[in-house]
Amino acid sequence: MAGNNPSPTEYIQHHLQNLTFGYHPENGWSMAHSAAEAQEMGFWALHLDTMGWSIAMGVLFIWLFRKAGKVATTGVPGTLQNVVEMIFEFVENTVHGAFHGRNPVIAPLALTLFVWIFLMNLLKLIPVDYVPEIFVRLGIDYMKMVPTTDPNATLGMAIGVFLLIIYYSLKVKGVGGFAKELSLTPFNHWSLIPFNLIMEVIGLLVKPLSLGLRLFGNMFAGEVIFILIALLPFWVMWTLNVPWAIFHILVITLQAFIFTVLSVVYLSQAHEHH
Amino acid sequence: MNINMTLIGQTIAFAIFVWFCIKFVWPPISNALHERQRKIADGLDAASRASRDLELAQEKADATLRESKEQASQILEQANKRSSQMIEEAREQARAEGERIVASARAEIDQEVQRAKDDLRAQVSHLAVTGAERVLEASVDEKAHRKLLDELAAEL
Repeated sequence: MAGNNPSPTEYIQHHLQNLTFGYHPENGWSMAHSAAEAQEMGFWALHLDTMGWSIAMGVLFIWLFRKAGKVATTGVPGTLQNVVEMIFEFVENTVHGAFHGRNPVIAPLALTLFVWIFLMNLLKLIPVDYVPEIFVRLGIDYMKMVPTTDPNATLGMAIGVFLLIIYYSLKVKGVGGFAKELSLTPFNHWSLIPFNLIMEVIGLLVKPLSLGLRLFGNMFAGEVIFILIALLPFWVMWTLNVPWAIFHILVITLQAFIFTVLSVVYLSQAHEHH
Repeated sequence: MNINMTLIGQTIAFAIFVWFCIKFVWPPISNALHERQRKIADGLDAASRASRDLELAQEKADATLRESKEQASQILEQANKRSSQMIEEAREQARAEGERIVASARAEIDQEVQRAKDDLRAQVSHLAVTGAERVLEASVDEKAHRKLLDELAAEL
């Protein structure tokens, strides 16, 4: 806990505040020193902790898999290679089952999403006070470590997937085909075009939104519970913390998997003609 | 919980990581895996082929063994037949030889008997002549009575 025994509310709010750098109407480009300041920055702000940790995890993923890929032999694999290959095959099989088409981008995309999100989620199993405390000692006030508890991160990835959905829809079906799909399904009659259009556009926009918010919601809720448990006296903490953490080993894997599979399914739909 | 530029930053980071994965991470692992898959398939194939070969070889060996056994028994049979034949022949020969020896011995005996008879006859005739001479006290012209004596001897 930072400083002089904050109240539970302050403690929780402190833990849920990102390290923000942005354009403040009064101070110009600067670090936010409080939640209020961060709020005032509006859109022109960057969560340094979210970006930093997510990029670190992404680099870790690339480094690990690149390393395994470089030493990948066709002979007897080592431990790292074994693990990497297991994940690889798991993702490949999943993509094979969910995606009916030929596209060299989808499988690597799924692998990146799965491992990256898993690693980001994994940061949650580090006790909630460790890392923020270290950063407070270093003079950095805020550190919200798990990127997937930041809606910006999850929605950012969902937007990436969304752009790909739009891109492949246009590429596979053509502009006319895509427009026809949006306006003439589910009811193939000219008088129902506006109705269809509203339905389909909402359906399309809901995809990235649900994708990002599902991951965010699960991770954020879990994080809040961890923080609440951290408010208990230290000698009872483990009775709740340990089961919750064990349960979360399942949740973080499952959420990474769900995000990945849904992305693949959405992209598969984008490739299908109606 | 503000929505801000982080959204865009995360999208960009996502795009870069995906690109990097497509470019540098996916291909080597994929290649190694599929290469290994191929190798294992080849190995299994070779193993099954080898076992089939073994089966064939075993079959062939069995056939050869059977054949040679047959041949051996045939040879044995032939040899048996041949040996019994030889024994038979030898027996036959021995019998013939024995008969021949017996016949010749008989012939010799006959001859001997004949000669003895002749001898005896000559002696008897001589004895008779001598006896007659004695009885007649006169010499009988042996030459004149030769024919008669010979007839006599032949009658003995």
